[in-house]
Amino acid sequence: MPEIYYSKAVNEALDEELARDPNVILIGEDIGLYGGAFGATKGLFEKYGAERLWETPISENSFTGIGVGAAMLGLRPVVEIMFMDFVALALDQIMNSAGKLHYMYGGQVNVPMVIRTPGGAKGGYGPSHSQTLTNLLVGVPGIKVVAPSSPAQAKGLLKSAIRDENPVVVVENKRLYPKKGEVPSGDWTLPLGKAVVAREGDSLTIAAYSSMTPVCLAVAEAFAKNAGIEIEVVDLVSLQPLDTETLFASVRKTGRLVVAEEACLTGGVAAEVAALVAEHCMDSLEAPIARVGAKDMPIPSALQLEQAVLVQPQDVVAAVKRVLEY
Amino acid sequence: MNQLDNTTLLGMLQRMVLIRAFEENLMGLFDKGLLGGTSHYCIGQEATAVGVIDAASPKDWLVSNHRGHGHLLARGLDPARVLGELMGRLNGYCLGRGGSQHLCAMDLHFLGTNGVTGGGIPIAAGAALACKYKKTGEISIVFFGDGASNQGTFHETLNMASNWKLPVLFVCENNLYAMSTPTSHAVASGTIAPRAAAYNMRGTVADGLDVEAVYFTAKECIDRVRAGNGPELLELMTYRQCGHSKHDARVYRTREEEADMAKRDPILTAATRLAERGVPQTDIDAAQQAAHDEIAHATEVALAAPKGGETEALSDLFA
Ligand SMILES: Cc1ncc(C[n+]2csc(CCOP(=O)(O)OP(=O)(O)O)c2C)c(N)n1
Ligand SMILES: [Mg+2]
Repeated sequence: MPEIYYSKAVNEALDEELARDPNVILIGEDIGLYGGAFGATKGLFEKYGAERLWETPISENSFTGIGVGAAMLGLRPVVEIMFMDFVALALDQIMNSAGKLHYMYGGQVNVPMVIRTPGGAKGGYGPSHSQTLTNLLVGVPGIKVVAPSSPAQAKGLLKSAIRDENPVVVVENKRLYPKKGEVPSGDWTLPLGKAVVAREGDSLTIAAYSSMTPVCLAVAEAFAKNAGIEIEVVDLVSLQPLDTETLFASVRKTGRLVVAEEACLTGGVAAEVAALVAEHCMDSLEAPIARVGAKDMPIPSALQLEQAVLVQPQDVVAAVKRVLEY
Repeated sequence: MNQLDNTTLLGMLQRMVLIRAFEENLMGLFDKGLLGGTSHYCIGQEATAVGVIDAASPKDWLVSNHRGHGHLLARGLDPARVLGELMGRLNGYCLGRGGSQHLCAMDLHFLGTNGVTGGGIPIAAGAALACKYKKTGEISIVFFGDGASNQGTFHETLNMASNWKLPVLFVCENNLYAMSTPTSHAVASGTIAPRAAAYNMRGTVADGLDVEAVYFTAKECIDRVRAGNGPELLELMTYRQCGHSKHDARVYRTREEEADMAKRDPILTAATRLAERGVPQTDIDAAQQAAHDEIAHATEVALAAPKGGETEALSDLFA
C-alpha cells in the first residue's frame, strides 16, 4: 500500500470524486492555482478549471449558502473553509440552512454538500487560527460531522461524505496534514457514522478523535511497553452521530474510560461521550470517567503559552493513571 | 407605459385579492386559536409578488423570506396546502414542520421561504450557479426586504454573483421599514438600488404598488438576466399596510401616513384601472369574489385535514 500525506489523501479524494461525478464542484478561497491554504486542492484547477472550482472572495457565510442553494438543485458542492475558526462566519448557513432544510421542508429536498475545514493548533498560529470547534457543530441536529485521524480516513471519509445525501462537515487537522500513512489505492470509501477500534486492549479505553488519536495510540504503546498494560483506543471518527455501539462495547469490556480531544473541555464531544457512557454503561464502570481537553482558554500564540493551554501527552498519561489507580 | 391586456390584468387582480383574502382569513384563524406562532402579512404588498412572478418562467427558481405568503400564492401553490402547513396539518407542503417562514414546494421550483433575514440571498445565488453550470436556461429570483439589504449576505452574495455573472435577479421589496426601523435610520444610501453600482450590476427602481409597472420592469430585468448578462438588482417601492407581524401597535409611524399610503393600495389601483379600460364592474367583482370563494374552500380543506404527530416530528432528520 502506498504511503501518502494526509493532505495528499484529501487531494486524491477530491480529484477522484471530481472525475467520477460531474455534479461535484469545489467552492472556497484560494482553492485555484494557489491550491488551497494547506494544499488540499493543488493541481485540481489545472485539471478541472473554473467551471468546477469556484474560487471565492472572502465571504464564508454566503459561499456556504451558495453551496446550499447549488446542492438543493442537485450539485454536490465541497466547500472549503480555510481555518475552522472561520466556521463561525458561516454558522448561520450551516446551522439554519444546510442542517435543517431536508427536515423543515418536509423531506422535499436534500442538501448533499460537504464542508471541509482544518481545525487544531499547528504551533503559534494564535487564538483565531488554532481552534477545534467541534462543540459548535455536534449540537445542531441535521449535520453529520466526521474527523479523520489518518490519511486513509481523510480519503475514505471525504469520498463518502461527497456521496452522502446530507450535509457533512469534515474536520481535518493542521498537524495531521504533513503526516504520512498507508492509503489503499483504487476506488474505496469508509463509512460515515462508524468508530474504529484503533488498538485493542483490556484494561482501559481511551476514546479520541482527530489529532488526539495518534497521541493516544502512542500513550497506549508506552503503557504496554513499560507496564504491560493493554489500553484499548477507540477512534471516534464520527462525532455526529456518535457510534455508541462501538464505544459502549469497548467500555463494557475494559470498565474504564478516558476521553481525549484537542478542543476545549467544556460542553464538547468528550463531555457528550462521558455523559453517554455514564448514562448507559454505569454497571460496567470500575472508575470515574476522565476527560482530557484543552483548558477553557483562548489558544495563545507563543509556543510555550500554547503548550500550557493545549493537551499534552503527559496529560493523557496522568488521566490514564488516575483512572487505572482509582 | 406598456399596458397589459384586460384579461391578464384581471387575472393578476384576482391573484392579488387571493393573497389578501388568504391573510385576512389568517387573522380570524388566529383569533379562534387555530394557528400558532406568528405570521408576517404582506397586505398592501401583493403587487410585487404577482408582478415579478408572472414575469418569470414557471421554471425559474424562487427564494422568499419571512413575508412569503404572496410569493407562494403568486407562484401557484395550493392555498389549502399553504394554509394546512400554517395549521400543522398533514396536507401542508412541509408536514407542519416549516410553517409560514419555512415553506417550500420543490415541484413548483419554490426553494422556500426563509426565517433568517437575508438567509435566502446566497441560496438563490447557489441555485443560479447550478442553473448556469447545468445550462438549464432557468434563472433564480430572490425576494428580500430593505432590512435584509443590510445583512452581510446581501453584500457578499451580490458581489460574488456579479463576479461570476450568475443568472439571478435580486428583488428588494422596500416597504420603508424593517420591523420598526425606517430605512432613513438604517440604509445609509437612502434607497437600495444605487448600491448595485458597487457590484457592477444594473440597479432599477420601480413602483411596487402598481402591478403593471412591476410586471414590465421585472420582465426586462429577467430577460437580461436570462440572456447571460449577469445578475441585477430590482428595488420595488411598496408599503406594508398591516403591522410587521401579528402583534404590532405600529408606534413607529403615523396613522396619517398609513391613510395616505392606503390610497395607493395595489388592488384598488388595478381594479380602478380595469374599470377605466372598460372592463365591466360585474367582471371585476366576479374575479374578486372567485378569490374569496377559493380561500373559503381552502379553509374547509385545511380544517378537514388530519394533523401530524410524533412520526412527522421525529423523522426525516437525514435523507
Ligand atoms: C437574522 C435575523 N435577524 C432578525 C430577525 C427578526 N426579524 C424578522 S423580520 C425582521 C425585519 C425584516 O425587515 P425587511 O427585511 O425590511 O423585511 P420586511 O419585514 O419589511 O418585509 C426582523 C428584524 C430575523 N428573523 N433574522
Ligand atoms: Mg422592510
